[in-house]
This record gives sequence, structure tokens and C-alpha cells, in this order.
Amino acid sequence: MSKKREFISGDEAVAIGVKLSRPHVIAAYPITPQTITVERLSEMVERGELNAEYMHVESEHSAISAAMGASAVGARTFTASSSQGLLYMTEGLHYASGGRFPVVMMNANRSVALPWSIYGDQRDSLSLLDSGWIQVYVEDAQEALDMMIQAFRIAEHPDVLTPMMVNLDGFILTHTYEIVEIPEQSQVDAFLPPFQTPNKMCFNNPKNMGFSSQPNDNTEFKYQQNLAVLNAVKVLEQADTDFATMFGRKYNGMVDEYQSADAEVLLVTLGSVTGTVRDVVDEMRAEGHKVGVIKIRYMRPFPEEQLQSLTAKAKAIGVLEKDISFGYEGTVYTNVNSALAKVGNTVPKLNFVGGLGGRDISKADIRNMFLKLQRVAAGEAYKTVDFFNLNVETNE
Amino acid sequence: MKEIRWHGRGGQGGFTVSRLLGIAAAIFEGKHALAFPAFGPERRGAPVLAFTKISDEKIRDRSEIQSCDYVVVMDETLINAGITSRVKPSCTFVVNTTDAARYKELDGFKVVAVDATSLALEVLKRPITNTAMYGALVAASGFVSLESALKSIEHEMKPSLVGPNQEIVRRVYELVKSQAL
Repeated sequence: MSKKREFISGDEAVAIGVKLSRPHVIAAYPITPQTITVERLSEMVERGELNAEYMHVESEHSAISAAMGASAVGARTFTASSSQGLLYMTEGLHYASGGRFPVVMMNANRSVALPWSIYGDQRDSLSLLDSGWIQVYVEDAQEALDMMIQAFRIAEHPDVLTPMMVNLDGFILTHTYEIVEIPEQSQVDAFLPPFQTPNKMCFNNPKNMGFSSQPNDNTEFKYQQNLAVLNAVKVLEQADTDFATMFGRKYNGMVDEYQSADAEVLLVTLGSVTGTVRDVVDEMRAEGHKVGVIKIRYMRPFPEEQLQSLTAKAKAIGVLEKDISFGYEGTVYTNVNSALAKVGNTVPKLNFVGGLGGRDISKADIRNMFLKLQRVAAGEAYKTVDFFNLNVETNE
Repeated sequence: MKEIRWHGRGGQGGFTVSRLLGIAAAIFEGKHALAFPAFGPERRGAPVLAFTKISDEKIRDRSEIQSCDYVVVMDETLINAGITSRVKPSCTFVVNTTDAARYKELDGFKVVAVDATSLALEVLKRPITNTAMYGALVAASGFVSLESALKSIEHEMKPSLVGPNQEIVRRVYELVKSQAL
């Protein structure tokens, strides 16, 4: 049987992945660059291709609230947002994770105001690492589609029961058309069991939901929540393995890597820029440079052990991210550095900050990062945070 | 990798044609392609850019196109000093004009000139020039076959638009091929 392939955008790939996962309820508010996803899903529901309740809500805050309510009665539930919309959901994000409602969300990574910008970077979702959601970042439209299917399985697993956010770079992935293989519905059904919540809101077996806690038991709830996200590691790795068996595509769980084994300098990346870095690695390897890349897929749970072992031989490490935590450094860098400090990895670690508000990250930019890492490895002085490609003169 | 930049105005179908080329290459010729607009708000009549990348290998590079093999100009009023930037030295410009003599070359770059607007008005009764320029690009570049180009139109367009647009592609393709001889 020939495989079905379509030339579609990242937004459309997400919509197809969600449809194949057979959600019962979709509650979302449109926002650029997520809009096409929710438009396609509403069309699928309208045409009767997708047997789901599409809830038109008046805001993102309502979207996540409705999603929680639906999840509480045992419905498989999807929402989608971006940037300001995601931030408007923030109160509900903590509610959903604390209530252990395994809602799945697509987030189109976009800059946050001010200045107002509809273009991509990763400051929206990275500012929400502490909201208790599992976070995965994808590299292309195929991975976006595939991760929607995996996300429901991971989030709804009884050992996890935690909401999950699938992040894809705004415009670079959401609005780029490419060839995507569409999985068979029967295979998706076999991979993804129906959602069965142990915490069902039900008249026949009433339970206290959305409850208060006191100082004497709050910590225990938070302890269990932390445990649940840590439990996700095994579950997501198993999902990745089973997905590869069923569909022939493997993403390597918590992290992916390319040419890292003997690399003298490494870049650590998140999201779609990884593809461009892979190309630069090939070009520089052909010239004899021992360079490599580690792609972080999951920011929560964080791939601490994987990063510790994959970076063990590098002489300098750069973290490339579309994010800055003002007054310190990029959040991805902080997380990577913390993981490596625990095993006493003291090689120079640089933080390349750029691609903010949609600025292009070119091959030349990436080559310069690798070359700088080589010079730093050889002893050149460096500053930790490097805003590359600044269009203004600085006094630094 | 082959890189194509499409210049048009919002509403002329520049982004659609960038996808048609991607579909022809990826769906009908088993290659890899990316098609994307210049990211941002969409406004009718405003200058817009779209891009297509084609390769035999999976395309991992998501950065902006820096060195075009072909630049397609659907509206000649968009030609300005910047239009020859970010192109390969061997780049060819495909220009929609009623005055081919005006574009023997463009800053030293080779030009293929076609009167897409007149043909679109004749066949579609509307000045939508994207498929005419598609036919010209396919003929000039050979990046995909005429057959794949025609199939991409059938694959992507509403049934009522397929016939007229296939006719336009075929006619411009033959015109450009005959000019090349």
C-alpha cells in the first residue's frame, strides 16, 4: 500500500494530527500564527469528518477553562494558542496541570509584546516552563503531526496525567509548506488507546475536584505533580519507540543529536533552527571541523542525563536560543548549564541569543558560532551571553 | 538546491504559485520542496514575496533564501534597485511585461520576458498572472516537467479553474520554449 503524502503547512499538519487522534472536544481562540490550525479543525468538524465538539470561546482564558471542564468528564481535549493568547491562558495552565487534566495544546511559538510582533521566537512558551506542562519542541511539519498523536498518549498515560504543549516555530514551521506523510487512521487507533481518566467527574461516583488545600497537604500535591512529569520520561520514550515500530519514524525521545560523538565543539538547539545547524555541521565537517549539534526536544521533563553524557567530550558548548531572561541569560542556557554543572563539566559554555521577533538565523551566523566556540576552546576570552547579529553598535 | 523567489502583489496568487511548484516537485516528481511566503500580515495590493526551495534531498535549512537561481516578477512595477540582491550570479529573471525589448537584461542578469497579463485577461478574463508566470518558469528552468506542472494545478485548484489555468501554463510554456530556439 502506497503511503499517503501531502504538501501542507505546519499548521495543517497539526490539524491532521489532532484529527487522527480523535479528540472529543476542541476549545480554542484563533491567533496568528496558529490560526490555520483551528480553522482547519473547525472545518473538519463542520464537514463531519471529525466527530468532535468545537467550542467557540470568547478568549484563551475561556479556551483552557473549557478544555479542563471537558477533560474532567473524561473527554480527549485539544486547544491551541500562541504568544499573547498563551500568556492570557497562564492562570488556567497552572490549574490544568495541578488538576491533572491531560489537555493537549499546540503552541505556535511567537514573540511577546512589547514591541508588538506577530513573528516567531520562543519567549512565550519558555516563560511558562514552571506551569507544570510537559513541553516538546519540533523541527519540521512531519514531527509536528507525529507529536500531536504522541502527545495524547503521553499526557493521558495514568502514570503521567499531565497536560502537554507541542511547540512549533511560528511562520518558519506554521506557514511553510512541505511534504508530510499522513498516517493511517487504523494505525493511529492502534497506537493511541482511548482516554480513560481515573479522576472522572461523574454523578454515579462523585469526587471532589478543583479543591483547596491547606499547608499540611499542599506540598504533597506538588510532590506528586513533580513525580508525574518525571514519570513522563519513560512514557515518552516508550511512545517514541512504539511510534517508530508502527510508523517508521523515530525522534529519539528527550533529545536528538547529529555528529556529536566526536565533536570538539557543540551547539545545543531547540526547534526548527536545528535543521539549518545540521546543514552547517555537514558543510564544516567536509572542511575538517569536528562540530556537532544536540537538539533538545523536551524542555519539561528536562533531558538532564542525556545532555550530561552527550556533551562529556566537547571542549566548548554553545546554547543557541530565541529567548532571553532579562538581567541574566537565556532560559535554555540556564537549564543546560545547571545540568552540566552537576557533573562538574566546566568547559566554556556560551549562550547565543538571537532570532528574536522573527529575525532570520542564517548559515553564516551558525558557522560564526562554531568558529567562535573553536577559538574559545583554544583559550580565547569570552562573555557568556552573545546577542549575535545586533544591528546597533554597543559599548561592549 | 534550487531556490526561487516570487514577486507579486497581494491577491495576484504569488504564494499559491510558490506552492504549485512545490507540489509539482514533491508530490509528482518525488523530490523535496519547501514553499513559504514572506512572513507577516497579508494585504491586497501590497508587494509580497514568496519562495520555493527544491532539492533531491530532504531540505533541513529553514533560513531565508540568500542566493536565488530564479526570480519571477509577476508585476514589473515591483522592479527596483533591490530586486537583484540575494541572487546567484547565474540567476535568471522571469518578468511579466508587454514590452520585452525593455528587458534585454536586468543589471547584467538574463531575462525571460512574457506578456502574462494579456494572456490571463484572454483566458481567465482576470489579470491573475501567477499560472502564466509558472509556465514561463517551468519552461525556462526545467526544474519540473510540464506534465508535473499541469498535474499540480489539477491537484491544488478548484475544478472550475483547472482547465483555464492548465491552458495558460501550456501556452506560455510553448511560447517560452519557442523563444529559446
